[in-house]
Amino acid sequence: MKTFPILVLVLLGSLLTGCVSTTPYDYSAFKASDPRSILVLPPVNQTLDVAASYSFLTHVSMPLAESGYYVFPVGVVEETFRENGLTDPDEIHTLPLERLNEVFGADSVMYIKITQYGTSYQLIASDTRVTADATLVDGRTGDLLWKGQATASSTEQSNNNGGGLVGMLVVALVEQVINSTTDRSYQIAGLTSGRLLSSGMPNGILPGHRLRERQRQ
Amino acid sequence: MKSTLSKGLLLVGAGLLGACAPVSPPLYYWGGYQSSLYENHKLGVTNYSAQIQALEFTISRAQAQGQSVPPGLHAHLGMLYFNTGRESEAREQFALEKQLFPESTHFVDYVMKAQPEAAL
Repeated sequence: MKTFPILVLVLLGSLLTGCVSTTPYDYSAFKASDPRSILVLPPVNQTLDVAASYSFLTHVSMPLAESGYYVFPVGVVEETFRENGLTDPDEIHTLPLERLNEVFGADSVMYIKITQYGTSYQLIASDTRVTADATLVDGRTGDLLWKGQATASSTEQSNNNGGGLVGMLVVALVEQVINSTTDRSYQIAGLTSGRLLSSGMPNGILPGHRLRERQRQ
Repeated sequence: MKSTLSKGLLLVGAGLLGACAPVSPPLYYWGGYQSSLYENHKLGVTNYSAQIQALEFTISRAQAQGQSVPPGLHAHLGMLYFNTGRESEAREQFALEKQLFPESTHFVDYVMKAQPEAAL
């Protein structure tokens, strides 16, 4: 019977380590810049699926806004680029910051690259996978504030990979979307985006002003 | 004694688990904002009315529940109003975006300037 509390302690220990990230990220530039707003540019698509860029873009607002940032309206931003003759994300990613500042006046700018998007059909089960990386820079100086990468796959157990509240939100969103579309890659992109862009993830972005204000209350 | 000890340990365990997942409610009521962005693009940019309906519904649901709508929603609805010739409603939405999220001021002013003034 004495072994019971020891077992519990061992279990608790394993729970604790589950929350600790491996190599801590250097957040000094991020903290110094302390951006309130994030302009997410249309993602560069390195996959064969032409839908990848816009599909992922429609998923970025929730994790970033729930992390406390003002996220520029992705649809209006895309339309603004189009009206200025810019539809190619590769070209948009090369725009000088001064030009972006004239239009948006964003504290920080995020560049996303999608490296995997879609379903590969394998012998036993098909695997729908979305992988993306993101780079956040200061809107005025261009200094690197943060970078990260995330992936999600249809073959994993979705419940075991939660990202706290935002993870739950993403799962809820995915469930909601199942009713309106059968696009599996779109759903997985939501999971990838939630992991990549939620504060509270290991080595993820820092909580923004609006979330910190909420947490102080 | 033994049962209180194990109960205590369970409580500590629950506390540790809770530490991994913040329990504060979401900052915004999202409704159909993100999925309507996607649906619209898939179905083609001409389907403004369905998107407008979805966003108007999300705003009224958020109000009914006393929650805020996320950044960008009012601006996006404003753009859809502009695209369907509803100028004054469009300007109202952009003004709301600016009021709720002053971070958008520069961009909203740019968009307003780019739009031709409504013919009187």
